[in-house]
Amino acid sequence: MPLTTVALIVILLAIYGYFLGKRRAWKLAGDGAVAGKLHSLPAYHGSYVALWAALPSLVVLLCWSLFGQAIIDQMALYSLPAERLEGADAGKRGLLLATIKNTAFGGGFASDDPVIIAAAEYMNSLQASGQWAVGILALALSLMALAFAARHLAPQFQARHRVERTAQVLMILCSVIAIITTFGIVISLFFESLRFFERYSIIDFVFGLKWSPQTAIREDQVGSSGAFGAVPVFMGTMLIAAIAMAVAVPIGLLSAIYLSEYAPSRIRGSVKPVLEVLAGIPTIVYGFFAALTVAPAFRQVGEILGLPVSANSALAAGSVMGIMIIPFVSSLSDDAIRAVPQSLREGSAGLGATKSETIRQVIFPAALPGIVGAILLAVSRAVGETMIVVMAAGLSANLTLNPLEQVTTVTVQIVANLTGDTAFDSAKTLSAFALGFMLFLTTLCLNVMAILVVRRYREKYD
Amino acid sequence: MTDTTPSSFTTHGLHTSAAAQARMRRRYAAERRFRLYGIAAIVAALGVLAVLLFTIVSQGYTAFVNTEIELEVYVDPADFSFEGTTPTSEEIGAGNYRNLLSSALQENLPDADAPGAARDLRGILSGQAYRQLRETLLADPSLIGQRVSMSFLASSDIDQAFKGNTPRDVPEERRRVSNLQYEWMDYLENQGQISTSFNSNLFTQADSRQPEQAGLWGAIVGSFYLMLVVAVLSIPLGVGAAIYLEEFAPKNRLTSFIEININNLAAVPSIIFGLLGLAVFIQVFGLPRSAPLVGGLALTLMTLPTIIIAARASLRSIPPSIREAAYGLGASKMQMVFHHVLPLALPGILTGSIIGLAQALGETAPLLMIGMNAFITSAPDSMFSPSTALPSQIYIWADSSERGFVERTSAGIMVLLGFLILMNATAIFLRKRFEKRW
Repeated sequence: MPLTTVALIVILLAIYGYFLGKRRAWKLAGDGAVAGKLHSLPAYHGSYVALWAALPSLVVLLCWSLFGQAIIDQMALYSLPAERLEGADAGKRGLLLATIKNTAFGGGFASDDPVIIAAAEYMNSLQASGQWAVGILALALSLMALAFAARHLAPQFQARHRVERTAQVLMILCSVIAIITTFGIVISLFFESLRFFERYSIIDFVFGLKWSPQTAIREDQVGSSGAFGAVPVFMGTMLIAAIAMAVAVPIGLLSAIYLSEYAPSRIRGSVKPVLEVLAGIPTIVYGFFAALTVAPAFRQVGEILGLPVSANSALAAGSVMGIMIIPFVSSLSDDAIRAVPQSLREGSAGLGATKSETIRQVIFPAALPGIVGAILLAVSRAVGETMIVVMAAGLSANLTLNPLEQVTTVTVQIVANLTGDTAFDSAKTLSAFALGFMLFLTTLCLNVMAILVVRRYREKYD
Repeated sequence: MTDTTPSSFTTHGLHTSAAAQARMRRRYAAERRFRLYGIAAIVAALGVLAVLLFTIVSQGYTAFVNTEIELEVYVDPADFSFEGTTPTSEEIGAGNYRNLLSSALQENLPDADAPGAARDLRGILSGQAYRQLRETLLADPSLIGQRVSMSFLASSDIDQAFKGNTPRDVPEERRRVSNLQYEWMDYLENQGQISTSFNSNLFTQADSRQPEQAGLWGAIVGSFYLMLVVAVLSIPLGVGAAIYLEEFAPKNRLTSFIEININNLAAVPSIIFGLLGLAVFIQVFGLPRSAPLVGGLALTLMTLPTIIIAARASLRSIPPSIREAAYGLGASKMQMVFHHVLPLALPGILTGSIIGLAQALGETAPLLMIGMNAFITSAPDSMFSPSTALPSQIYIWADSSERGFVERTSAGIMVLLGFLILMNATAIFLRKRFEKRW
């Protein structure tokens, strides 16, 4: 019995429960004389029954769909003869499990080893019986809870309080998801990084100057030593982010100033949404644009000027990224500039300053914290941007500050090391998680700094 | 400026001397320059946007048509091996279609039996042409032994050359289309046998190694499943969280911690959510790789902060008088929120949610992490089957250097942008239509 069907039946039961509860409540009230006799409106009695019918069994179904496969995997794995598992580390076990799964579900390379086939059959039977058991359990639970809740109803039963409390708990759970997500990111990245640092020294990772993640498949392979020194990768990221900021900050800031201080409201109203379009374009589109249009154009210009420009130059990726970031800078600085009190502008004008003098000497310093916050957020965005650099920047990690050469970035390396069919626990794939963890920490610092700067600034004028 | 004596109005005064006037001129010039910088910045930004859109459209618009060649095929029974009197569908299916079509081409084209022309001949039609002919014959076996006139899909090289996307005036060895093939193209054009028509493959087929047969349908279905997961999960969760934080949450450490988390998550790079999806949903929970469900879960976590922030802003804009009126009528706090505030805030919440969904639709990086950039030649039939999505399909195509795929990449981008414009227009319409000014 597919579990989605069970879930649907449970939901139907809950709907039935709602009407059942409502009808019972009306009966208890002696039809038509609600106000005096019942504590809660009949609809709340209905909702109470519906909640009982739905929640417990949906929780069971959710738990099974999240953890069921993992439990079955372990059971199937341990059904193998003990000598197969002896001395097998996590990687070997993962491989065994994958073979069992391929054999069980088809697809990939099925094994013809009788032990594996037995385990696969065991897995299939577990899967089938598990689904049946959970399906029946969920349905039984739903029916029992429905009956229990329906018997509960009484004229003075405080159904509304129960329903409202449940709703509140559910809403609290919704908001706690933000915390769970953050913890999920930190914990998963942290533990995968730990596994990486078991294989590769953390000192060499943070300070190493050579990045070449190709690990040797054969012992005698040349040039695939597997060096994971992250400095060139981070330097490349910083170089591209710096180029992006060199494009985005002047253009974004000047257009924000023009739109908020000079432009008539009609122009402001039409130009601002068009600028925002730049932020709405998917990054893959920018990546395609950078790789196919901008990079060759820069290369041609370089040829004319006699400069050697790489096909995947940092300049091309960085400048297109800068264009993507313009609206972040401009709309956040616009907010900051408009938050400067009008009295400052009038005071400055009263002293005889021209508009541009007012902007440069009064408004800009006053809005500076907000603008700095905007720039920090933009840097965070540039550092974490993936698709533009994946498509337009290079793979080889050069330790250089020359924008005409190709560099690689953290996100490019994460994508390069995790896509393709590599085992989950080679140093190469694990290095992606270590890079991801560093990336998360970097952007976290930038974000928190930006939030703090902006908050401090707000307090100043409110 | 403290000097108010009449002497300041003489020619030697502080503000009227030649030096002062020069100073004024300089200041005004600086003012004009500054203004110009602002205008230049805006023009630069808008100019780049225009260039971007222009390059995409000019590279991609030709992908919406494809080249077809009309041929008269003699369906020679000798190319089939029939045992009985009535042909079975297996026998029809096993016919030598390659031979049928190459003899048809030889009949139709001049110099087609020249030595060495066989290779050029094979490069004219798409592999789909064989299928086209087979399906026609399967539908109507009586055509065997007769002459059938049909439009066949041209190969990608011919397609690109006919649409003028690949230059003709380069040496033959640097072109994918030979001189002989160009001659045939011109001949067919004179005969009116080659033409372009609407490219239905683009919207009905999934990915293919052959550019002329590759389409977006698989990716569109994949993206639809993704959006379904994201909408079903992130809107209720986001609205629930927003209501709690905005209306119920006491000011304490927990809620301020939640708020910091939400603000930070809104700025976490999207690829991190992909790593989370890979490490948690695939490795820990054992969900299938490349499945829209996993992609949808990762995108849900990514979209949630956006929706929470938008929903909170919308709830905050409902004036206190509504709340007080509800209380005044004896509503409980929950009733006040769900019966009065939430319905009024709903248009704003919906607008924010659609914008969040549009963001999720264009997101690529998390999908690469969970393997939704695989080469998959059929549309997914459930949330659990391997699939691509629009942006990851674009990414796959962008990796191929063939001109036919470059064109399709741009066309894919146009389709993606079309969906985004549609969603954003819906959001703007909702806002304009239902927004209340208090």
